[in-house]
Amino acid sequence: MTPSVPTPLTARTPPLTEPSAWHEIALTVNGRAVTAQVESRLLLSDFLRDRLGLTGTHVGCEHGVCGACTALVDDEPVRTCLTLAVQCAGTEIRTVEGLTTDDAPLTSVQRAFHECHGMQCGFCTPGFLMTTTALTERPDRPDEAQVADALSGHLCRCTGYRNIRRAVCQALDERFGK
Amino acid sequence: MSHDSDPHRHGGGLIGRSVPRVEDDRLLRGQGRYVDDIALPGGVEAAFLRSPHAHARIESVDVRAALAAPGVVAVWTGEDVADLPAMLNKEELRTPPGLAELLDPVVRMTPMPLLAREKVLYVGQPVAVVFAENRYLAEDALELVEVGYAPLPVLVDPETSLSPEAPLLHEHLPDNTAVAVAARVGDPDAAFAGAHAVVSERFDAHRYVASPIETRAISAQVDPYSGRLTVWAGTQTPHRLRDAIAHTLGLAPASVHVIAADVGGGFGQKGILYVEELLVPHAARRLGRPVLWREDRNENLTASSHAREQIHHIELAADAEGHILAVRDRITVNFGAYNMTGLVVPYNSLCHLLGPYRVPHVDIDVTGVLTNTTFATPYRGAGRPETVFAMERAMDRLAVELGIAPEELRARNLVGPDEMPYATGLVDRSGSPQSYDSGDFPELLRRAVAKADVEAIRARQREGARDGRHVGVGFAMYIEATGLGPFETARIDLAPDGRVRLAIGAPSQGQGHRTSMAQIAADALGVPLGIIEVTGGDTEATPFGVGTIASRALVNAGNATHRAGRLVREKIIEAAARRLGVTADRLDLSDGVVAAKEPGGPSIGLAELAGRAPLPGVPEPTDGRHGTEISETVHFRPPGFAVASGAHAAVVEVDEHTGEVEILHYVVVHDAGNIVNPMIAEGQVTGGIAQGIGGALYEEMVYGPDGQPRTGTYMDYLVPTSSEIPDLDMDEIFTPSPMNDLGVKGLGEGGAIAPQAVLAGAVEDALRPFGVVVRRGPLSPSRVRELIRTADRP
Ligand code: FES
Ligand code: FES
Repeated sequence: MTPSVPTPLTARTPPLTEPSAWHEIALTVNGRAVTAQVESRLLLSDFLRDRLGLTGTHVGCEHGVCGACTALVDDEPVRTCLTLAVQCAGTEIRTVEGLTTDDAPLTSVQRAFHECHGMQCGFCTPGFLMTTTALTERPDRPDEAQVADALSGHLCRCTGYRNIRRAVCQALDERFGK
Repeated sequence: MSHDSDPHRHGGGLIGRSVPRVEDDRLLRGQGRYVDDIALPGGVEAAFLRSPHAHARIESVDVRAALAAPGVVAVWTGEDVADLPAMLNKEELRTPPGLAELLDPVVRMTPMPLLAREKVLYVGQPVAVVFAENRYLAEDALELVEVGYAPLPVLVDPETSLSPEAPLLHEHLPDNTAVAVAARVGDPDAAFAGAHAVVSERFDAHRYVASPIETRAISAQVDPYSGRLTVWAGTQTPHRLRDAIAHTLGLAPASVHVIAADVGGGFGQKGILYVEELLVPHAARRLGRPVLWREDRNENLTASSHAREQIHHIELAADAEGHILAVRDRITVNFGAYNMTGLVVPYNSLCHLLGPYRVPHVDIDVTGVLTNTTFATPYRGAGRPETVFAMERAMDRLAVELGIAPEELRARNLVGPDEMPYATGLVDRSGSPQSYDSGDFPELLRRAVAKADVEAIRARQREGARDGRHVGVGFAMYIEATGLGPFETARIDLAPDGRVRLAIGAPSQGQGHRTSMAQIAADALGVPLGIIEVTGGDTEATPFGVGTIASRALVNAGNATHRAGRLVREKIIEAAARRLGVTADRLDLSDGVVAAKEPGGPSIGLAELAGRAPLPGVPEPTDGRHGTEISETVHFRPPGFAVASGAHAAVVEVDEHTGEVEILHYVVVHDAGNIVNPMIAEGQVTGGIAQGIGGALYEEMVYGPDGQPRTGTYMDYLVPTSSEIPDLDMDEIFTPSPMNDLGVKGLGEGGAIAPQAVLAGAVEDALRPFGVVVRRGPLSPSRVRELIRTADRP
């Protein structure tokens, strides 16, 4: 067994590979101001998870199909695996960690997923929570087709979706009345 | 606990109640701890170079450029790990002695090198691994590794692989057969010769994959304090992983600590051992730094285990009334490039083929074949959806042949509840005579038929299609031997603060063990749910364990928990009796308080009892020794299988112009014995059915003739979304299992077993005007159109 090279000591952050491709960005994440140096190719999902330690945003496919990585960028649900961190300079980002604070009660959306058993392993859940939160923040209640459309952007392999639909319905009922 | 027919109405206890899950709060706040979420300071990330060829000789590997790339810490090829033993899923490849003696099966070992050295056998096989400061840099460096391949002839089709001219995948084997086993009951040849009707068909179960939304992941670190290896793994079987790591790395099992923290779905794919799970811990030791690997989706689809691909040449013999006289089936299972799990899938297919039906004469053989595709292993149902597809399709063909309604044909052949326990004449997976412990199959079918309203559908069919849209109804039934042994462990401790700690060997990948096991423990002990803390899948918390696979956790871990709870309850009462100076028979423990049975007598709470002991958690000196902790460890060994069962019915509408299949009504009636948490149980059934519908209508892992996977992303491998999965019409019956104290049966896989068969039956029924026979799935629009185009119109 050859320990191919002696383990070098490299500063983990930032792993500078192309000095020309670094950008300083300033943005807001869950209400807190953040400034950071990011390389052009850094995905927003990796920025949130690895640089900011906000691991609630999950990565399931890295090609924009599963929806697990969804966060709200300026109130719109966005696939953070298809977004570069540098594109988000000046934006306001909300992740699942920002829905409620540690000791505060769950939001009505979170509670609905709990009460309707709209989750099993919980891996897809943050994505669904963020999309559902955006639905509840619209000025008017989204119609059935709009809800179906929003949910079809997310994969859940555990629940069979029925309880997720019930949860979304409950959250919308709470927000807009039945 | 009582074995009332309806556990929902079970007394004052927690078992049978839809207790909301205690695991949710943390996950809803984004505080889950999946492997990739655990930050290990100073860690490096691994990325694997995988074979682009389905079959090739490796002629050269050059890693110099990759080693020089920025941030790269090490690059390993097969030569660098040649000193480590090749990987075998030892436990899964073991043939139970009883089965070996009776059936003398062939099981051939194909150890898998941790990194390929001489040959690659499938697209996706690991050839080299790069460790770098982060994943971006590791992937950059992967592109700089130069491998010279000399392509070899490729085998994708298992029947071709068996031909005498086929090249050998593994030179040490005489042919490409990995597994072969056969079983006979009665005199099938005579039964076929004397039959009124015989149907003979080929049905293919197609290849698809478990596809948990969290891909596989593993991270490892040598604890600088203890020197031990700590491994966080997305695994369903942490104890087996611990033992395999220890074996491969030459360590004592006790110096390896495996933790399956939050796991984002498994479905069998995370239930076996993979080379990456051995290489990452090895690297953590060799490099002296924590190492993390997380699979990407393309790797998961192409290089993590596949499932389901089988060919059945099935024949049914029946008398004029439709009573089955004999079944014959020649089953070929595509194993892919390595024999990973031996008899598990083939034998499951064999011994579940007869399902709920009475079959006097049987002749089944199964061959597991090696091909240049990704290895195939158990996936939710593990050999049962495939075999149920073949059997139920054959039943539908027999119904047509005899002019009997398909539901009526099924009813005539069902084993009755008065015949339980029912011996099939076969032997089960452990080698004992196969026996169905309990069930009421006719009632399952009766309810499913009633819910589907078959009369209404037949009436609509007589009216004819509307706008080219044809309705049809299908039925499928299954049985499932659940609660596979050999054992599962539960340990219960009364902590000094009066709280109860429960540790079980089986981890959860979303099944809600923390809640249902706490319900069982709370009832057994007589304490409130809220004081129970549950740990699952941590090899330090329970040194022994098997895992959450094969619909076994509730049966095995649940009953271990129940027994441990009863024993700890006794100890608590005895300790309280000593403390209170009364005899134990005068005391009772309920709601966390030990109190005299007669009113006004003495009482003591658990916190006081445990906390005021001379040593923490130690009540009183007993038997001259200085106390005994209030704690019990139970290894529950099931005496046999608890047989769950179900009947599904589906009503579909098929558009003859577009080929689209719309599910109008999906009925499921199931029986999993007593139910601990109905809400969780329903969730398990629903999730299983969604995966089955995916397999029936959309999902297929497709290979080109060159062995190249064509469905390597979620853009072309179609996992159903919310829009494709209807609400289900669910009903259940409860026939408690006599095989365990709780009367429970496994439930995790059942939902996934029947959807392929029932939807195929429904589509075939809808397309009856065209004379279509559905011989394989998935029933995608293009395949439905092809069926219509190529049908022999009646
Ligand atoms: S990880 Fe972003 S959509 Fe799947
Ligand atoms: S809860 Fe597991 S993927 Fe949705």
